[in-house]
Amino acid sequence: MRSDSALEKLTVKSIRNLLQPLLAASLLCLPALVAAQDEPALSSGDTAWMLTATALVLFMTIPGLSLFYAGLVRSKNVLSVLMQCFAITGVMSILWAVYGYSLAATEGPMNGFIGGFDKLFLSGVTVDSLSGTIPESLFMTFQMTFAIITPALIVGAFAERMKFSAMLIFMTLWLTLVYVPIWHWVWGGGWIAEKGALDFAGGTVVHINAGIAALMAALVLGKRKGYPGTAMPPHNLGLTVMGASMLWVGWFGFNAGSELAADGTAGMAMTVTQLATAAAALTWMFAEWINHGKPSVLGIATGAVAGLVAITPASGTAGPMGALAIGFAGALFAFIASTKVKHWLGYDDSLDVWGVHGVAGVVGAILTGVFADASLGGAGLADGMTMGSQVWVQVISVLATLIYSGGVSLVILLILKATIGLRVTEEQETEGLDISQHDERGYIL
Amino acid sequence: MKLVAAVIKPFKLDDVREALGDIGVSGITVIEVKGFGRQKGHTELYRGAEYVVDFLPKIKVEIAVDDAMVEKVIEAISAAARTGKIGDGKIFVFDLNQVIRIRTGETGADAL
Repeated sequence: MRSDSALEKLTVKSIRNLLQPLLAASLLCLPALVAAQDEPALSSGDTAWMLTATALVLFMTIPGLSLFYAGLVRSKNVLSVLMQCFAITGVMSILWAVYGYSLAATEGPMNGFIGGFDKLFLSGVTVDSLSGTIPESLFMTFQMTFAIITPALIVGAFAERMKFSAMLIFMTLWLTLVYVPIWHWVWGGGWIAEKGALDFAGGTVVHINAGIAALMAALVLGKRKGYPGTAMPPHNLGLTVMGASMLWVGWFGFNAGSELAADGTAGMAMTVTQLATAAAALTWMFAEWINHGKPSVLGIATGAVAGLVAITPASGTAGPMGALAIGFAGALFAFIASTKVKHWLGYDDSLDVWGVHGVAGVVGAILTGVFADASLGGAGLADGMTMGSQVWVQVISVLATLIYSGGVSLVILLILKATIGLRVTEEQETEGLDISQHDERGYIL
Repeated sequence: MKLVAAVIKPFKLDDVREALGDIGVSGITVIEVKGFGRQKGHTELYRGAEYVVDFLPKIKVEIAVDDAMVEKVIEAISAAARTGKIGDGKIFVFDLNQVIRIRTGETGADAL
């Protein structure tokens, strides 16, 4: 994802490079080039692709992620996770339009940290306003779908035990105090963007951000009643595989859409997304086969999601073979975190949001700095950057996200726990959230 | 009269039913059951979380027969249900005090 200012810098630089030979050849071309720079025109090709990509990213949350999670919980909680994802879709859409977009994507007085108030209530976002070569309304809505899926990812950590009301308040505060600032740091010209961190489609903003918040939620809420002694197997892996497949398809909108244009980078983003995901799915499958003796459906589907996560920050800069390496590494570390480390440490991140999104996100974000290098088939590093310095910037962006998102999420959770309470009662938990929170059952057979 | 109750592997039901038909058994009762024996259960693994499933699905077949038929029935079931692998099941034989055909009121061997 390039911010507007980065885009301008890039264009200015390329024009300057072009100018020198042009000056020597003919000065006549100059006015035309400058005019083109001054008045960016709407590209119908870019717009058509971004309309599609936006729909694809919404499709990732409803129904993709919703089904992925719904299959993993017990049958008495199937509706609760579907409901949480759906309600988050509604709440985040409105918050993004009212103030999220403005605070994230405009310049503000404290621009290193947070944007401004110029576009509150979408003021100034009209039929004619453009963001680059696409309508600003479209850019805003595309980013809205990111603001929807990121909080929805966290649902997996506290599944089967959080009060619906507390969930809504937590998510509202989290979008405001965590997601929006980090978006601004990385994509809105904030301090991480200034440092030159590469995060094409949301390794830090989306996955590490949601992953560490999820880990905090799992720790503050505590384990599900009976965990880990009581068997809590997924109630319908068919739903989970359908959901994972929809995530895979929708992710092309997420990654290739983050180019905000229908061009060569978008094409390569699609290629590397497919390759990293394929490598990751097989990595998890073989890891489990070697470890347990059988390849599992849940394993291959989870591996695919880990690969999608890992390639996300690198999808605009890595080459195809770099993508294979990123997918392999992302899935391997996520496999160890979710199937080994979690059980050793004993916390109940119920659907492995930290283990998959957090861990594969960290691996992907750091490897982005490695595989962006042209010597490894990447798109090349910015002037003055070496692989080492780029990786260092990536590490800083990862640590900043972990510390800020983890810390603020923890504070929000502790305050809510002390005031309105986060968990349902033991009786409600045993009965299931479908009945206790929504007066409905998922299955009437 | 005897009641023969055989717990078998579910996929062997058709073979057992055919073998019993071949030796002239005119009626059986089939029940889906769960349980464990020497085969124990099995383990399921979900992202590293291992669950032991204690009870495996089995089929229980009940046959009421005249004393003279008991050995043939046991042989037929044994032959048809055997795979040689653990979990083939067991056959239980009980004394049967009385049998009544509800439609006609016949009792004893006549009702079989």
